[in-house]
Amino acid sequence: MSLKNKLHDLKEHYKGKKMAPAFNAIHTFLYAPNEVTHKGSHIRGVDDLKRTMNMVILAMVPCLIWGIFNAGFQHYTAVQGAAAPAFTSFVDHLQYFFTWDNFILGATKVVPILVVSYLVGLVVEFIFAVIKGHEVEEGYLVTGMLVPLIVPVDIPLWMLAVAVVFGVVIGKEVFGGTGMNILNPALTIRAFLFFAYPTWMSGDKVWVHDAVARTGTADAISGETVLGMLAQKKELSYSIAEAFFGYIPGSIGETSTLLCILGAAILIFTKIASWRIILSGVLGALAMGTIFNGVIDQGWITEGSKFYALMSLPAWQHLVIGGFAFGITFMATDPVSGAQTNKGKYWYGFLIGFFAIMIRVFNPAYPEGIMLAILLMNVFAPTIDHYVVQGNVKRRLKRLKVKTA
Amino acid sequence: MSADIRISRGLDINLKGQAKKEVSQAVRSNTYAICPDDFHGVIPKVLAKLGTEVEAGSPLFYSKSNESIKFCSPVSGEVVDIVRGAKRKILAFKILADKEIRYKDFGSLNVGTSNSEQIKAYLLEAGCWPFIKQRPYDIVANPEQTPKSIFISGYNSAPLSSDLDYVLGGKQAELQAAVTALSKLTSGKVHVSFNSSSSPFAGLDHVQKHSLSGPHPIGNVSTQISQVDPINKGEIVWTVSAQDLVVIGNLILTGKYQPTRKIAVAGSSVKSPKYYEVTLGAEVSTFVYDAGLNSDNVRLINGNVLTGTTVAADGYLSATADTFTAIPEGDDYEFFGWNKPVFNKISYSRALTFSWLFPKKEYDLDTNTNGEHRAFVVTGNYEEVFPLDIYPMQLLKAFVYQDLDEMEKLGAYEIAPEDFALTEFVCVSKQNHQDIVRKGLDLMHKEIG
Repeated sequence: MSLKNKLHDLKEHYKGKKMAPAFNAIHTFLYAPNEVTHKGSHIRGVDDLKRTMNMVILAMVPCLIWGIFNAGFQHYTAVQGAAAPAFTSFVDHLQYFFTWDNFILGATKVVPILVVSYLVGLVVEFIFAVIKGHEVEEGYLVTGMLVPLIVPVDIPLWMLAVAVVFGVVIGKEVFGGTGMNILNPALTIRAFLFFAYPTWMSGDKVWVHDAVARTGTADAISGETVLGMLAQKKELSYSIAEAFFGYIPGSIGETSTLLCILGAAILIFTKIASWRIILSGVLGALAMGTIFNGVIDQGWITEGSKFYALMSLPAWQHLVIGGFAFGITFMATDPVSGAQTNKGKYWYGFLIGFFAIMIRVFNPAYPEGIMLAILLMNVFAPTIDHYVVQGNVKRRLKRLKVKTA
Repeated sequence: MSADIRISRGLDINLKGQAKKEVSQAVRSNTYAICPDDFHGVIPKVLAKLGTEVEAGSPLFYSKSNESIKFCSPVSGEVVDIVRGAKRKILAFKILADKEIRYKDFGSLNVGTSNSEQIKAYLLEAGCWPFIKQRPYDIVANPEQTPKSIFISGYNSAPLSSDLDYVLGGKQAELQAAVTALSKLTSGKVHVSFNSSSSPFAGLDHVQKHSLSGPHPIGNVSTQISQVDPINKGEIVWTVSAQDLVVIGNLILTGKYQPTRKIAVAGSSVKSPKYYEVTLGAEVSTFVYDAGLNSDNVRLINGNVLTGTTVAADGYLSATADTFTAIPEGDDYEFFGWNKPVFNKISYSRALTFSWLFPKKEYDLDTNTNGEHRAFVVTGNYEEVFPLDIYPMQLLKAFVYQDLDEMEKLGAYEIAPEDFALTEFVCVSKQNHQDIVRKGLDLMHKEIG
């Protein structure tokens, strides 16, 4: 008896029982189900939610791999201090980047985070599926991948576990599961971490492995991000090219703008992410950045101001530093928490970009605006959609009035 | 003088098993069946009790909501069975057909001199009224109302459906008689549409002609109505399918109710897909086995693959079908079906699916859903295949949560379930859109009227 038939018999055995969703989740992972159409169209397109979510994960894999190496790379570079090789070009620097040492250190830090994220999240999902008797939905496959990429490398695993439970339960399951949530679950998890354990989620130590542990010792190393330096008005120790390619400290997977662009290209080409959100998000960020540059040019804000460094940063460089590229590519495009109408997506994306840069500049305590900007717009997305849909409703009413008049 | 209707949003689904342009005569069917369910929303009241001898055109039952709407027998013979289901609901009237069909003579109608009341009474009496459907709600039209316009689509854009230019060739006289009669029933115009100049509709008088271009669902009447004369609240539009128009025309010219037509028997499970001349209500087996089936595990569909209804091998041709399709059942598992690259199925996205590379290729799709039912997640993909100025997902959600006010505002009066066949096809969450729409429209009809 083949595996296929054995699993089929097991499925029939579990049918109608409490554990059926848990079994089906594993079964459908191996085999696409034998379900046929009963109502409506007799044929269906090949895409299902699993395939869609899987593409998003694939688009993030380059960021994850880069993140693993970068975790090691940043540590050793910081430890070497001035002796570290200077950045000349992207290709030349790869020899110092893709090394066995970097990988080992990175993997020992990142893989446990990945495992904890998936394990804890999926256990919560399975429990809810069994209790509520619905199928295990695929939403967490993406969330579980996003979470490791947007946390600092040294985050304690218990903290992550607590945050994941909070994010999945409060961020998603209480609303009814995948498709019903208001906020992006991955960002809910990150926001929880940020507000519950601020010392672990911001500052100038957490972004490089071991920087916190070495504080106060003779071997102390810095672990600051580019944004942190700008907010503190320190001398920038990274070029914009390094930031673009991703040779900088930051959350695990978000440092490389290049790979985020690659991910965005994959998602747009496969028609999974909305190009409207990404495009208008970039335009929104450029708009806000240009306004700030204009303010500097007018001399309204002088060098003495604490906002000066971030405000005077050329607008386009805002796209490269920090988590902007990652957030706009992988999290703003979440179809559930984002705007759902095509017109609404332009507004939604634009305002995310706009607010991301505004928060970045005016919030020196936490110089990354994209997380809060996306969460803010998640909340306003239904409002945007409401007005867009009302436009359609009004057009219909107007047609009627013209007729009767 | 023809106005153009163009759309760009839509999707042409190329399937294997297109019917060849040759006509065979179906084997004579012993029994015929008329199913009240083929006319949505009609509650039948029996006129021809068990054992009654009927002629072709004799009424079998009438609609509870309006007793003048009669449904007639397609052939002469004896009513041998009235099949009932749960709660004694009537599922079908079965007629054992005579060897020689006797037709009830309704007398031909001079459409030139008849007024609308005479035409209505004539069509009602001869059982041709149920062919006229109304928007909103996509149900049999109410003869007491006057529509603001009547739409007839002369082009089937759905996959594998009958080529109307071919099956209606030589039927100009019938079409003309029917549209002339219909033109007296509306306060506006009769709109007909077609996509080639060789269409039998191109030469008709007393109608407003529209030429069509674009992908499916350009042939759906909703698409055409929305561009020509959109339906507002309180307005009524009637629609008649092109094949039914011929039956009406034939009645007017000859006085006989003779619902015989050419239908495409198509689909990848059919050995030799071609056209058959059949009478509505005939046994499916009278033509399916002549065309041949590739395997036992097939889905037989009254209608096309997007909007048709499943029928058993010992079932009957639906009273509204103009196409018959057979495709393989997809009741098997597929190893790693959710993530491996797919070349042999159609996908709207490009997520490791490669149908976008081969736009001309003909596919052999089965009835597998290719995934499990989920909540609405992905946004923006329905709009790409939905040409109406309506937000499809928002309207579907309004139907699901049964908000009558929202349904009305979002344009529920303008649509029929068939308009959601393509959104259903591309739906990543495998929701049954047409079923949602049908139930929603029924609710509206019940609550608002």
